[in-house]
Amino acid sequence: MVWIFLFIALPSFLVLLYSITTKESNGLTTIHFTFENFKKFFNPMYLNILWDSIYLAAVSTAICLVLGYPAAFIISNTHISRRSTLLFLCILPMWMNMLLRTYAWMTILGNNGILNNFFSFLGLPKVNMLYTRGATVMGMVYNFLPFMILPIYTALSKMDKGLLEAADDLGANKKTVFRKVILPLSMPGVISGIIMVFMPAVSTFIIPQLLGGNKNMMIGNLVEKLFILNGDWNFGSAISIVMMLIILLSMSIMNKFDIDKEGGARLW
Amino acid sequence: MDNAIIQLNNITKKFDGEIVLDDINLSVKKNEFVTLLGPSGCGKTTTLRIIGGFETPDEGDVYFDGHLINDVPPFKRQLNTVFQKYALFPHLNVYENIAFGLRIKKMDERLITGKVEKMLELFNLKNYGKRRIDQLSGGQQQRIAIARALVNEPKVLLLDEPLGALDLKLRKEMQHELKAMQQQLGITFIYVTHDQEEALTMSDTIVVMNDGIIQQMGSPIDIYNEPENAFVADFIGESNILDGVMIDDYLVEFLGKKFECLDSGFGRGEGVDVVIRPEDLDLTPSGEGKLTGIVKSVTFKGVHYEMDIVSNDYEFLVHSTDMAPVGTTVGLTLTPDDIHIMEKGE
Amino acid sequence: MVKKYLSKIYMGIIFIFLYAPIIVLAVFSFNESKSRGNWTGFSLKWYIELFHDHDIRSAFYYTISIAVIAAIISTILGTIAAIGINSMKGKSKAIILNVNYLPVVNPDIVTGISLMILYISFNLDFGFNTMLLSHIVFNTPYVILSILPKLKQLDAHMTEAAMDLGATPMYALRKVIIPEIKPGIVTGFLMAFTLSIDDFIISYFTKGEGVTNLSIVIYSMARRGVRPTINALSTIMLAVVLLLMILINKRSNGVEKKKLKREV
Repeated sequence: MVWIFLFIALPSFLVLLYSITTKESNGLTTIHFTFENFKKFFNPMYLNILWDSIYLAAVSTAICLVLGYPAAFIISNTHISRRSTLLFLCILPMWMNMLLRTYAWMTILGNNGILNNFFSFLGLPKVNMLYTRGATVMGMVYNFLPFMILPIYTALSKMDKGLLEAADDLGANKKTVFRKVILPLSMPGVISGIIMVFMPAVSTFIIPQLLGGNKNMMIGNLVEKLFILNGDWNFGSAISIVMMLIILLSMSIMNKFDIDKEGGARLW
Repeated sequence: MDNAIIQLNNITKKFDGEIVLDDINLSVKKNEFVTLLGPSGCGKTTTLRIIGGFETPDEGDVYFDGHLINDVPPFKRQLNTVFQKYALFPHLNVYENIAFGLRIKKMDERLITGKVEKMLELFNLKNYGKRRIDQLSGGQQQRIAIARALVNEPKVLLLDEPLGALDLKLRKEMQHELKAMQQQLGITFIYVTHDQEEALTMSDTIVVMNDGIIQQMGSPIDIYNEPENAFVADFIGESNILDGVMIDDYLVEFLGKKFECLDSGFGRGEGVDVVIRPEDLDLTPSGEGKLTGIVKSVTFKGVHYEMDIVSNDYEFLVHSTDMAPVGTTVGLTLTPDDIHIMEKGE
Repeated sequence: MVKKYLSKIYMGIIFIFLYAPIIVLAVFSFNESKSRGNWTGFSLKWYIELFHDHDIRSAFYYTISIAVIAAIISTILGTIAAIGINSMKGKSKAIILNVNYLPVVNPDIVTGISLMILYISFNLDFGFNTMLLSHIVFNTPYVILSILPKLKQLDAHMTEAAMDLGATPMYALRKVIIPEIKPGIVTGFLMAFTLSIDDFIISYFTKGEGVTNLSIVIYSMARRGVRPTINALSTIMLAVVLLLMILINKRSNGVEKKKLKREV
């Protein structure tokens, strides 16, 4: 068990350490503790990026939910024999490399990409789609949709059909049954799905990098830039801590609505 | 005791600070069918697990055939356990499950086959060897669990409420089968159950437990007829328990009347518990019995009628083949034989 | 029924959405010219160029080898850890579980940089070993995650039954526990393998000079713009994944059919 501690707790602790020390204090003998790095973050420029990331992630999550719930519902109502095929088709994209999936959209949305070529074929003006916030959202929805469908499907399929019959028996019509029985009972799955989409969405940097371009930075890009380009580990660490806190916060909010405490096992 | 194959001396066990077994002393003779009987939480399963080696006592000693085995792990003890939920290995078929213990002993393959086949035949499961566990019914699984334990020819077999999951008819069949098997094989059985009827049917000796203490130990007849305290009286069979006062030896007063009884040795005027079995009360026409009461309810139970009869503010439970309709006034008689006196319990 | 049609149309749209980009990629990998808009003719030249590309070849080698080794090691570690954690009780168990799930919950990027900082603090040389180490670190929690539920399901009495029948704890482990949790172990292994193959961010931060993996190579190529060789690569990967999944599906279906046969 020692190694768990070593490799997991220790690095996190180190990140924490870096976030509260100054740039000059990279040698063990000159440690200055400071919250400077965190203060730096409260600069409007950076706060904008933070807010933007949360906003875009939330939008993507919402879209995934709207698209994914009906899909999960339909699958759960399909006959068993065809269900595994449908699920298979949903899972397959997840097995594809995420970079490739994101890259695929580059080819479609680019100025010389399929859609624009199609538009000019029709005599329409070209639309600048790549390197926009919309492209980033598109990329996120595309990548994470299966992560929303699966948990909701799992929750729906595990539902006791007897409950639906009971509701029916007590006089509820289909709409009411959905609103009052199915929807509430599928909530754990919905919560799972939201977490599984929002978390990677808020912290991803590939998608905004490739599809959003340098102008539309998200928090993930910021961290990467600070570490790789600027070498400002302290500030970068500070932002990482902020990210971790956001994730933990959203998880605990979500957990309040959640009864089943099995953690990640819920996905499957 | 020389004849004791299992001996527990002053066993105490605590879980999370709570005392689960309080100074238990128990002697099990060879070839005996002993049942540990009691309600949930009384400590009977814990006692069994201590004998099996799955729990260690906080205080006290466990002896097996004269040897101290406190620190001997389960896999070195010469006894086997039949678990409540069978604990059959799902990834092994029936044959391999039964052969499991024999394989560990590195027995010759042909010897193993012989023994396993014999077991299967004994349990009427010939040709079931290749079947998977999940293809078996509850009763079959239960028999495999017992076979798996017995094939190792242990000196003592521990059984933890093994019949709990079976339906009534099957349970009764298995009770007889187990008893017959025990006598045939000459193995000591230590059986745990909360079902007093089961205990009465199968055991040579019953150990009634409650709250981590042995309440009474004896043969089924003794326990039933001569319960030593109110708990045992109440737990075994059904009883009417009343407050009474010993007027003198062989004379007790309750419900305002004096009755002759067979117990002595209590102090004059001492408050006691009076126990009367429902089947010992007989109905007589009103006025002819020593007690008079009004019938409150009647239920037909097949074997007898069960009636609640109120007399002097005490509601008697009466089992009788006679019947009186609700609302009638009847008389109740009993002989001195039917009155059991015991010290006032908690 | 209208409803059925609507459902089918809806699912159709969803699937088009999910697959169109990949299919477009595949189609254009056979395109003669570089353009993504115009089809100029069927050609395998991008595939040929792919095979000759040294970067991609070495990336492929590293990706596979790290994935396999990391998956094996983390499966072994994870199994041991899961069994250990399962037999714990109370507060210490809860703490260990939560710490264990940190890499799962944390954004990749945070895990990546924290490991990077860790290695630097210990003055480790970046290279194959650091990347391998990182993969083991983030794979193992997922392995534990797949195995723990199976362990919980396992009847606690089964180990006792084995010991009661004479098995030492080691024997019980080998012959009873492990066979029982095998599905969990296999799932864990597959998850670890998949995660490793796919990983970008953590590898990005903890690789060294000369070591790279497919995702990183794709990333650097993609940053410079679109290149059909990537299309070719993605088509191959898609084909492989598809094949694997069909095989797995067939296997599990075959097992199901065998089970039914035996019962009849």
